[in-house]
Amino acid sequence: MSERYDSLIIGGGHNGLVCAATLAQAGQQVLVLEAREQVGGAAVTEEFAPGFKVSSCAHLLYQLHPQVVTDLKLKDHGLTFVNPDLATIAIGSDGDFLRLHGPEIWGDLPEGELAAYQALRQRLLKMAAALRPLLTMPPPRLGTAGTADRHGLLKMGWTLRKMGQSQLRDFLRIAGMNVADLLEDELSASLLKGALAWDGVVGSHAGPRSPGTVLSYLYRLTGQVDNRQGAIAQPVGGMGTVTRAMLEACQAAGVTVQANAPVGQIKVQNDRACGVVLTDGREIRANAVISNADPRHTFLDLLGARHLDTGFVTRIRRLRAKGNVSKLHLALDGTPSFTGLSARDLAGRLLISPSIDYLEEAFNPAKYGEFSRSPAMEITLPSLQDASLAPGGKQVLSATLCYTPYALKGGWEVMRERLADQVIDQLELYAPGIKAQVIDREILTPRDLEMRFGMAGGHWHHAEMAIDQLLMMRPVPGAAQYATPVAGLYLCGAGSHPGGGVMGVAGMNAAHTILNDKG
Amino acid sequence: MRKDHYKSAVEETPFHRRTAAANHTNLWGRWAGFTTVSCYEEVEREYFAIRNAATLFDLSPMIKYKVTGPEAEAYLNRLVTRDISKLPVGRVAYCLWCDDEGKVLDDGTLFRLSQDDFRLCCQERNLPWLQDAAFGFDVDVEDISSQIAALALQGPTSASVLRALGVSEIDDLRPFNFTQAFFAGGTLLISRTGFTGDLGYELWVDPLLAEALWDRLMEVGAPLGLRPIGSQALDIVRLEAGFIVTNVDFVAANQAVRRNRGRSPFELGLGRLVDLKKGHFNGRRALLRDSKEGPKHNLVLLDIQGNKAAEGAIIYHRKSREVGHVTSAHWSPTCKTNLAFASLQAPYGSEITDDIWAQVYTLKELKWDKVMASCQIVPRPYFNSVRRQVTPPGDW
Repeated sequence: MSERYDSLIIGGGHNGLVCAATLAQAGQQVLVLEAREQVGGAAVTEEFAPGFKVSSCAHLLYQLHPQVVTDLKLKDHGLTFVNPDLATIAIGSDGDFLRLHGPEIWGDLPEGELAAYQALRQRLLKMAAALRPLLTMPPPRLGTAGTADRHGLLKMGWTLRKMGQSQLRDFLRIAGMNVADLLEDELSASLLKGALAWDGVVGSHAGPRSPGTVLSYLYRLTGQVDNRQGAIAQPVGGMGTVTRAMLEACQAAGVTVQANAPVGQIKVQNDRACGVVLTDGREIRANAVISNADPRHTFLDLLGARHLDTGFVTRIRRLRAKGNVSKLHLALDGTPSFTGLSARDLAGRLLISPSIDYLEEAFNPAKYGEFSRSPAMEITLPSLQDASLAPGGKQVLSATLCYTPYALKGGWEVMRERLADQVIDQLELYAPGIKAQVIDREILTPRDLEMRFGMAGGHWHHAEMAIDQLLMMRPVPGAAQYATPVAGLYLCGAGSHPGGGVMGVAGMNAAHTILNDKG
Repeated sequence: MRKDHYKSAVEETPFHRRTAAANHTNLWGRWAGFTTVSCYEEVEREYFAIRNAATLFDLSPMIKYKVTGPEAEAYLNRLVTRDISKLPVGRVAYCLWCDDEGKVLDDGTLFRLSQDDFRLCCQERNLPWLQDAAFGFDVDVEDISSQIAALALQGPTSASVLRALGVSEIDDLRPFNFTQAFFAGGTLLISRTGFTGDLGYELWVDPLLAEALWDRLMEVGAPLGLRPIGSQALDIVRLEAGFIVTNVDFVAANQAVRRNRGRSPFELGLGRLVDLKKGHFNGRRALLRDSKEGPKHNLVLLDIQGNKAAEGAIIYHRKSREVGHVTSAHWSPTCKTNLAFASLQAPYGSEITDDIWAQVYTLKELKWDKVMASCQIVPRPYFNSVRRQVTPPGDW
């Protein structure tokens, strides 16, 4: 028997779930097909060693959009935080460290540095807040005569114009800059600059001296947690709780969710997407097929180039998506001790990015297909305040590693464990004794992230977040308004505007577009 | 390609020694990086040879692609606007291909050599586009331009020339079919195609046999009035026959710099080559939209009053409103008509076809004269000989 839905969503990542819930709330019959055994995409909590659980890909929450939280009633569906506003601990050598929390910094800083930091932070937060309305605005098409596009362009222009002359001038000056230049203009403490630069580069194929990293930093600062802009939250039960709450919202709205249902092909009839064929051969029909998968996989594998025009296919093939981040998960036989850090500090976000040069030097080998000998990393010990993640007395360490290129010379099969060994050796320098505490470990390279989460190139954001792949250019012209060249086929994932991060806005915007298309 | 190709700015075709020897005027032109003869002796004599006897035109600079593989047909059907699945082996199709916006990139002839083996011949170099289009298809695309020498043998006595050469295969060769014959130990591919609107053939051969072929044809063709012709004479007959030339009568969409310079097949008057029902092909969605909205331009063939070729003329409606311009123009000696292709802004050329005028400029001893000449839109082709269709071809 063939089933039929109003909307069918390929992939139950957070954007797919937000899109599904929004459509179902508007009265649609919606089906979500998830390839894996559980929904959640890259925002999941999984067991990586017996009794040890971890947020397998994204491990902190900083951009989940407030409208998504309210529309889906995520708080009612179980979204709670261990801490909605983690401190960042910038670790230097020899037990040196800075503790950043909101506008405050604890630690040794040169005269006037704190004030300079606060001024810069305020300036960037204000600018990011002014840009925030762009996130929920479907980008207009350029060069059309359509009134909606003209209106959209005007709205976009007005959002920028509203910044006021001096702020707009400042934005235009720094938006294309690299984050290193900006930080070096304003600050002098290496440790501080290194830590701030991290947020401009993580997840990208970019070092602090790569252009456009100010823009990615601003993008990150548009995020807010419980009205605290720029805050970083740790959900109870890990990132899986965020998508679990979304799943509950879906179920409450009547969405059908099928796990273990990998889609093999998007069906096209009379030049219109009409459903999908699962890898087991089952066919499901729908009026709208919405892909949460990355654009390359969606268009080139699931749909097929023959249903598209050559120019469009070429643009999709050239989409830049070079994943550069690996995850290391350690099951520890006790709480590690990091030199100089208190127990309270360990519960924060620990950054090993002691200077801009350190970070840039970590990026250099990635340009040539090698991983860094001294990677920069972001470390959390989520089980410290969340006993659900590890057996009693044991701890989980989750580290995000930069830079580890997707296309590694020699291949990841050979190098995967070498990377893990090397990172653990490096951790030993900051936390003597940690090596002996390791009971079990898991390393997920960009290749593994691609395999597990279906992200092309293992890229967090499905496509590099850079000026040429943002707004009406994301993922490519012709598919940047969630609709695609094939009628009835839509995109709703991180490869669409506004982009990656556990934000949910791409899914929400896509749902609104689809509902508008139906009139 | 030769390793020392960079030492000269132009290439010579496989017939160069023969064409150079015959080129009494030493008038040469560039074509796709090759030097080719513009006029051997006198344009008029060459023109009348095409229309009254037989002529040889060195076609070697034509760009040729070999398209092979299990999905060659599917690939080509996605590439061009016509339905290629209907093209049988042994037949040639004139076709167009478009970019995503449905604007024409180039036109050409597509030969089906076998179920999975095609040859595409065209004016412009299209390899990057053809290779991009191959993504997702089990197909190989190869530029074989330098591997094939080609001659156009055109004119009323062209079949007789081939018969004199001993090629009997042409007796049942219908227009747009091709056949193969043995020649000098090699193979000669003969297609009943051409650019003249008359009886004629195109001969495709290994470059090593090029000079032998030329010599044999000139030898057996002499009593039948065979002579070589240059590009100038050909340009007159192709206008009579209603054939357009890429980057003359329209700009290849991928070479146009300015917006709105591209033209759809409908805008070139070639809508009959678009099959919107065959399934997806490049530009189909844009063309479907265009076919509903109607063309924004119309390429039309004009019969212009007087006998001065209206080269570069601006076209007016009611002598006042500027509505387009001439892209190619010649006086047609056979039709006794002053012909021109003109690109008009719609609705001129479609809904509005009367009261069309061309402002024709003529230089008379360093003084430009201009006249408003009335224009009639005429069907293309303007010159259409019955000889072109008759099979077996007559022994003229």
